[in-house]
Amino acid sequence: MQGITKNDLIIRIGGEGGEGVISVGDFITQACARAGLDVYTFKTFPAEIKGGYAMYQVRASTERLYNQGDTFDVLCAFNGEAYNMNRASLKPGTTIVYDSPSDFTPDIPPGVHAYPIPMTQTAKEMNNLRAKNMVAMGALSVLFNIPVEALREVIVTKFSRKGEDVVKGNLVALERGRELAAALKKTDTWTLGTPKSKNEVIVMSGNNAIGLGAIIAGLDFFSAYPITPATEVAIYVAKHLPKRGGTLIQAEDEIASISQVLGASYAGKKAMTSTSGPGLALMGEMLGMAFMAELPCVVVDVQRGGPSTGLPTKHEQSDLFMAVHGGHGDAGRIVLSVESIQDCIDLTVVAFNLAEKYQCPVLLLSDGSLAFSTQNVPYPDPANYKLVERERWNGEGEYQRYKFTEDGISPMVDPGTPGGLHIATGLEHNESGLPSYTSANHEAMQDKRFRKLKNVVNDVDPTEVDGDGAADLGVIAWGSTIGVVREALQRLRAEGYKVKGFYPKLLNPLPVQQFEDFGASCKQLLLPEVNFQGQLAHFVRAETSLRPQSYTICGGMPFTPEMIVNKVKEILA
Amino acid sequence: MNAILQPHQHFNKVDFKPKDYKDEKTPSFWCAGCGHYGVLTGLLRALSELGVDPNHLVSVSGIGCSSRLPYFVNSYKMHTLHGRAGPVATGVHLARPDLAVVVTGGDGDGFSIGGGHMPHLARKNINITYILMDNHVYGLTKGQCSPTSREEMKAAVTPYGGMEEPLDPILYMLTYGATFVGQAFAGNAKLGAQLIKEGMEHKGFSFINLLSQCPSFNELDTALSFRNACDQVDAAHDISDRNAAMQVVYKAKQEGRIPTGLLYKSERPALHERMAELVKRVGGSKDYDLRKIIDLARP
Repeated sequence: MQGITKNDLIIRIGGEGGEGVISVGDFITQACARAGLDVYTFKTFPAEIKGGYAMYQVRASTERLYNQGDTFDVLCAFNGEAYNMNRASLKPGTTIVYDSPSDFTPDIPPGVHAYPIPMTQTAKEMNNLRAKNMVAMGALSVLFNIPVEALREVIVTKFSRKGEDVVKGNLVALERGRELAAALKKTDTWTLGTPKSKNEVIVMSGNNAIGLGAIIAGLDFFSAYPITPATEVAIYVAKHLPKRGGTLIQAEDEIASISQVLGASYAGKKAMTSTSGPGLALMGEMLGMAFMAELPCVVVDVQRGGPSTGLPTKHEQSDLFMAVHGGHGDAGRIVLSVESIQDCIDLTVVAFNLAEKYQCPVLLLSDGSLAFSTQNVPYPDPANYKLVERERWNGEGEYQRYKFTEDGISPMVDPGTPGGLHIATGLEHNESGLPSYTSANHEAMQDKRFRKLKNVVNDVDPTEVDGDGAADLGVIAWGSTIGVVREALQRLRAEGYKVKGFYPKLLNPLPVQQFEDFGASCKQLLLPEVNFQGQLAHFVRAETSLRPQSYTICGGMPFTPEMIVNKVKEILA
Repeated sequence: MNAILQPHQHFNKVDFKPKDYKDEKTPSFWCAGCGHYGVLTGLLRALSELGVDPNHLVSVSGIGCSSRLPYFVNSYKMHTLHGRAGPVATGVHLARPDLAVVVTGGDGDGFSIGGGHMPHLARKNINITYILMDNHVYGLTKGQCSPTSREEMKAAVTPYGGMEEPLDPILYMLTYGATFVGQAFAGNAKLGAQLIKEGMEHKGFSFINLLSQCPSFNELDTALSFRNACDQVDAAHDISDRNAAMQVVYKAKQEGRIPTGLLYKSERPALHERMAELVKRVGGSKDYDLRKIIDLARP
């Protein structure tokens, strides 16, 4: 609870999986975005396929949103379980909208506003039990000023394929819900503000946005293997890649996926796969070959709770060690990480550009909370993206695949090109690609392969520094934790604290000088991340002179702005 | 438009003798008397008969003695990781279905570490040719039992004799749904060449098991014992009958014999053909307007 603000509202809808909880969340999100509000959603699915508790949280605001917020302002409970799960968070000032009569009777804590709505009963009366969620949504729209015209438009759009009767049934249920709520006396002050302007936006989840980014980047080939929480990347690509003439195959395992990707890359195509931690672990050997044979490829890791099978549906940022060093021998990779849905699109394009330019694996780290979180982003104009193609042999002279060059980059050649015959091999090789195990050659080749990576920092936007001048405390954050830190710093500054943020997206090779410059402007440093060991903090201590204080959590949920605010205050007290 | 790409467009393009397909840049790798030389001879002969343009040929291998073969072939080539030649070749082929793709590898590479990939190459009918250089032993690591080693084999890690039943690659590939299955003794380069040529012409996944002696680490299976145990499959055998092909193998095994020749061949769409159909169905092309995809994410 951050106090009542009329510009920023968080509604959490909870109920049984399959009851339409997710649909209500989606509809409200779409309607708010349509009306010009900023949205940031968060949802959890039951780990099991059928039943179980499902939760969808929508944060909407007239201001720019960077995270899912601290906790809900409004709880909409479809059943007793949803009430019980969230009971502890019903703090004074919050609001509960609940199904009544139902299988539960909430005891309303003091100071909590309550609106009973006969959701199930009304749906039953309408002989349309499935419309329970629409009744709830209608009630919510009246109580909290959710743009109703946009809601109606969304309903028409989404249900039109199912026929006029279905559209009408849902609209009627929505109106019924509105009538029920209108008859209640509003006791709280929670309400959505009026949007400032209506811009052209799209609304996407992190996983879909990565798929879109890849397609914008010119993806030709995708190899998929199902794994939570990354599967939706493949689902999105499977739907849209054939339209661009590309190829998607579902492989027999992650090893086959990365192998197919490297085969396609050798054949001259832009290729990728997406996975989560366990899959990335299986790909390790082949990523070593990608570095050795200098084959461009993009691997997306949507991180989940580990180790081992861990918490497959939960949030964690714990694959950084593996992303950077998870392979045998002395191999390098480029590692990027995304903060937001915007990054999921933009940095996926960057990942392809870097892979093509530097002919090496590029790992893009996303995480469980971004995977299913939806946000509005400005409509991306494909023409605004600069796309990079690998340097190809010009056909002059004798072709040498691994020719020594100043920057370490040797032109590639596509099969089918006369004069370009060569072998791509995981064995150490000489300039022409043939095996060579002499010490001089191995040292020269390792130097060539790592020399390439020295320039990567110049091809990625400089790390964003949030705030000016000298600070009493600087916060370094990566991944979706950045969005949480942004808001926390805003709140702290409003209270007079001198704090700054540093938000690296390129995590390997680490932009060391940028870290040093930031560190020099802060008296102390804090590095919050969602893993036990403090993985980025480890790398920062190893590679820079900075000694950030590590702040780690690993409970399966992201940080909240409040947690960061409290930690900073504790340190500066 | 959108004609389905096939490697056949690069056949009969050059008039090369077998030796013209030999890449001489890498020195000989195999032991004297190794059966793999016979495999190479057969492959080079097949390539010559096909007249395939080397620029449009990709040889892919994993790890092992046999996996060095691509170094000796004039083509584009990949020497990949242990067991992974199949999926890497799949990627090459699906990305560029016009390329002729040949995989070579050993019994350990293909049926032990890479065993999880074999069913999927076959059932998906990937249009590549897989030549198993089956010497019933791990050679590069100096003599350990492989999945096709005889039960009684004494080897480095089985000093008291083996304890495991060998598998039969042919029976597996028939079961997995390969659409072209043949077998020969590697020393019979003429038959090897014929099977490889027909396999490469075949539209879909072709699997050829070439029995290849390892004179250094397998005393049980010599060139002579392989040659003497091989029986050319009866001319009356119906190659379109998968059950009949299995029966031929079962019967031969009971008698301690090895059936050779083309055992099974059938036609069904290869994966790249189905994928090309899909692209056509959705009106796919490089010029498809990205905005039409982005528009779907409007709220």
